[in-house]
Amino acid sequence: MSKSFVQLHNVNKSYWRDTLEIPVLHNINLDVPEGEFVALMGPSGSGKTTLLNLIAGIDRPSSGEVSVNGESVSRLSESALARWRSRNIGFVFQFYNLMPVLNAFENVELPLLLTKLNRRERRRQVETALSIVGLADRMKHYPNQLSGGQEQRVAIARAVVTDPRLILADEPTGDLDKQSAEEVMELLSRLNKEFNKTIIVVTHDPRAAEKAHIQRHLDKGELNHL
Amino acid sequence: MLLIHYSYKNILARKLTSLLTVFGIGLVVFVFCAVLMLSNGLGETLIATGEDGNAIVIRKASQTEVQSIIYRDVANAIKADAAIEKDADGVPIVTSEILVLINQNKRSNNKPSNVPVRGVTGMSINIRPAFKLVEGRMWQPGTSEIIAGSKVAESFQGCGLGETVRFGMRDWTVVGLFETGGSGFESELWGDIDQLMDAFGRPVFSSLTMRLANPEEFEVFRARLEGDPRYTVEVMREKEYYEEQSKFTTIFINAMGVTISIIFSLGAIVGAMITMYAAVANRTTEIGTMRALGFSRRTILFAFLTESLLIALIGGAIGVLTATFLRLVEVSTTNWNTFAELAFSFEISSEIVLYAFIFAIVMGIVGGFLPAVRAARFRIVTALRAK
Repeated sequence: MSKSFVQLHNVNKSYWRDTLEIPVLHNINLDVPEGEFVALMGPSGSGKTTLLNLIAGIDRPSSGEVSVNGESVSRLSESALARWRSRNIGFVFQFYNLMPVLNAFENVELPLLLTKLNRRERRRQVETALSIVGLADRMKHYPNQLSGGQEQRVAIARAVVTDPRLILADEPTGDLDKQSAEEVMELLSRLNKEFNKTIIVVTHDPRAAEKAHIQRHLDKGELNHL
Repeated sequence: MLLIHYSYKNILARKLTSLLTVFGIGLVVFVFCAVLMLSNGLGETLIATGEDGNAIVIRKASQTEVQSIIYRDVANAIKADAAIEKDADGVPIVTSEILVLINQNKRSNNKPSNVPVRGVTGMSINIRPAFKLVEGRMWQPGTSEIIAGSKVAESFQGCGLGETVRFGMRDWTVVGLFETGGSGFESELWGDIDQLMDAFGRPVFSSLTMRLANPEEFEVFRARLEGDPRYTVEVMREKEYYEEQSKFTTIFINAMGVTISIIFSLGAIVGAMITMYAAVANRTTEIGTMRALGFSRRTILFAFLTESLLIALIGGAIGVLTATFLRLVEVSTTNWNTFAELAFSFEISSEIVLYAFIFAIVMGIVGGFLPAVRAARFRIVTALRAK
């Protein structure tokens, strides 16, 4: 078996509401090899998004360890974590989360502002990312001038523009019609196959999950094989 | 750059609230500028009244010409001082003058105010190169004729060309109007010194003004005159003297105006704060997204502060621009040093523009800081969940 790229070891996560502890994830252990395409499935409230957030380093586990490519994410300081995210993670959200005042090109360019690339290099990378998602002709379009599927493709271009090795997608098809959902999953599958990106997708949709090589099921905060 | 562009686009996206905030800040900057331009205009007018290289002599501790008395023998002795420049005919360029305040009704409200009447000599005009007779003629010696500064002619009854003004138990006809390049002399009536001394029953002068042969030796000249026990006079550079005249009024205008501006600015700051809090609340998901993409808390803080600063700078620019139109307005006030009415314009300067922008920037930073801190402190997970 190939070496783990994403590894969760005895991870627990609880939230506190006043003095009340609300457990979300129990003793999660997960190994994802590099270049894998994993679907995390489960009903609402099962902790899928929380798990994804822990891997992305936008939330911290209550106990246990999360590591990505050998880096212990849970031990990084706040600012180091922000830097780490910008270099290693591409994040795709359910509702695309594009900046409404920026056009497609500017939205995709946003993560590159955290790099040392000059304007010309940034332009080249943005154009490449938008070409990959098939929207090179929509660079000047604003989010409200795009369909839901196109918006999500712009969001995927934004996720890949810094060339991260890990792409995390939280319900990427949740807000899309059937055809757009298929296109988006096809695109993620292509990124996995052609560009060897490690992809972890949280989804409700069994059809969307079919594109993944591995499907894991979360129920009441516990992770099971399907 | 893209972040500034992002901030700018967000301002445009919220046109109405941004516009209202810009308007609020612009208004405060306008008031702030207006006040500074007012005191600057007053100062400039009085400073322009003095000539480089001229010195003025008044009685010690009298502070102004109106209160000063210089006896003829003292005047004659000082006129013979070697430091005074001589004209082509070998005559010292020095003039002895009297300055008396009369009460005259204003044209605008029919209420009385003080008008300075200056008794001058032929040399008074030589010593002030900016003097220009713009209408009418000079007075005839030995007659009850006077000339009026353009501003006093405009503002006071009886002071226009051809009109008659009564003082010193005589009727005086205005036979000419003069200008002196916008200086304080334009707020005065001028007449022949002998006629005026006679009319006012004053055998003494108010001041002596002279051109120094070598202005760099002013300090020596001053020390000599002020040190001479026969004179008991005070010697000042003419520019400094008039600058001193504006001090009290300028300080008052500045103190009152800046206090009002600061009180107004509190309103503008609260306005900016509300706008920025609303912006943060509306864009919580965007903030969460940016943080998830790897932008640090500091960058988020910077982005929102930039937005607030941009609003403040646009407001500042509008305030300054609008205030420049005040240059077209002329106002008059009582100079509290001399109690004479003085007409002047609002004057802008590069310093005022700089202060206005600093003021706007401070309002932007203070108004934007707390909302920006709030934006920067969001937990990413909470921010991403906001709808």
